[in-house]
Amino acid sequence: MTEILASWDRVTRRYGDVLALDDVSLDVPAGQVVGLLGPNGAGKSTLISLLLGLRRPDSGTVRLFGGDPRVPANRSKVGCTPQETALPATLKVREVLDFVAGHHRDPIPSALLLADLGLTEQARRQTGGLSGGQRRRLSVALALVGRPRLLVLDEPTTGLDVDARHLLWQRVRDFHADGGTVVVTSHYLEEVEALAQRVVVVASGRVLVDDTLDAVRSRVQQRRVSVRAGALPRLQHVVRAEAGDGDRWSLFTDDSDALVRELVHLDVAFRDLEVAPASLEEAFLALTARTPAPSGPSRREARA
Amino acid sequence: MSLVALHTRYVALETIRVPIAVVGTVMFPVLSFLFFVVPFREISGDPVASTAAVSQLGLFAVFSVCLFSFGVGVADDRSTPWDPYVRTLPVGAGPRIVARLLNGVLFALLGLLPLLLAAALLTEASVTATQALLGAGALAVAGVPLLFMGVAIGYSLPVKAAVPVAQVLLFPLAFAGGLFIPPEGFPGWLDAISQALPTRAGRDLVIAATTGADLPATALPVLAVWAVVAGVLAVQAYRRDEGRRFR
Repeated sequence: MTEILASWDRVTRRYGDVLALDDVSLDVPAGQVVGLLGPNGAGKSTLISLLLGLRRPDSGTVRLFGGDPRVPANRSKVGCTPQETALPATLKVREVLDFVAGHHRDPIPSALLLADLGLTEQARRQTGGLSGGQRRRLSVALALVGRPRLLVLDEPTTGLDVDARHLLWQRVRDFHADGGTVVVTSHYLEEVEALAQRVVVVASGRVLVDDTLDAVRSRVQQRRVSVRAGALPRLQHVVRAEAGDGDRWSLFTDDSDALVRELVHLDVAFRDLEVAPASLEEAFLALTARTPAPSGPSRREARA
Repeated sequence: MSLVALHTRYVALETIRVPIAVVGTVMFPVLSFLFFVVPFREISGDPVASTAAVSQLGLFAVFSVCLFSFGVGVADDRSTPWDPYVRTLPVGAGPRIVARLLNGVLFALLGLLPLLLAAALLTEASVTATQALLGAGALAVAGVPLLFMGVAIGYSLPVKAAVPVAQVLLFPLAFAGGLFIPPEGFPGWLDAISQALPTRAGRDLVIAATTGADLPATALPVLAVWAVVAGVLAVQAYRRDEGRRFR
């Protein structure tokens, strides 16, 4: 059986009145790249901070390499990146890297890692003087220096330009190719697509979907068609219908063109037509509301 | 142990990268001594008076390190997202706290050395080896309530507030505690207030240790009360902060 490097078992976490995680269970086996996808405030960062021992769950158990992540020794084989703005501005690149390396038993030699990430020339510069891309590369070096088995990346490329993003993604792929395990969070499907084989969708503190990338990708291309209408007939192309204020309906669909044609053909007396991409959260809420169809994917009737 | 060394080195590096802060902390006591003690022969020419002057400025050096290294330093740590990153590394709270304490001792010593040097070369101040050791111990004891005060500030205020609060506390408490001017010249009302301050009690303790002067009966109880009050505030501030930051 594959070793489980990280797990959340029935974890609940509140911040005051806000329920950040609601009875979440999740396992990360060795060798996987798991993408945690969800909108801001979904609970992704809370999952990560529990995993890294920064916070304690209210109930449930979080395990890192089989132990409590709050015990320092259990964090010795996990690598994570600091936020780009977190680097101590007055320290030099080499000093920051040596400091982090000093926590590990068998770190990658700093000079080697700096060369590898194209930071050799910057080694003696203070981190405050680096460009955004250089800072990000240093962050990646900090995550890798302890030869981790598990790499945890929280929104790794937010604010990066295209080149820097592709460079980072390549590093992550190399790490995985060498047998490493990765947990990466993002609110962009694109980022998760570039890296993960397994996608876990988190929204409102719950795991909505846990599936392969392909399965998830085919399900999130949803649109929301909003109309005002007194009553709606049975509509083939609607995945889920939601009644709004008054006579407004939100119709979630995989094919907005076909749905609009259908509305017209059926001569539905609708007004105020709006078509917008469903947010990830809406797409996944729609997804979970859908019960498995006996034949053909995503052909359900609106319950009007 | 190597983690303590690593973190001590790191905190020291970070501190000396802003040299003006170090210069301020390290040089202020000796500069005060050069300007306000050395030129006055009635003090600098008198072994007991000059030893007392060194003692009180020595306590000022410790006080300033407590407020700035611990007060402002901790507030500064809390304000950056680097701190939570360090907490993801395989290191517990122990080495980090010890590293900060060692840095406090280090910078206090850096402040004391030029002061002691100036005292030895330019004044009649002198202590026996026993008195020097007692004085160092007294400085450490007198520093406890001041240290807690610094920690309470560091954990309850943001940096922008911690800096002025540290300054506002440092000078009045130092002055009224007799760290600049000997309290024998204070008017009665100021002396009464002074007796109740941790800086005054600490000063009296250090001077008693280095010169053999009588220790006022109130000094130790006053230090103890301040240590307990500031200690409770420090623990409360630390707990509240954990609650806020690590929700």
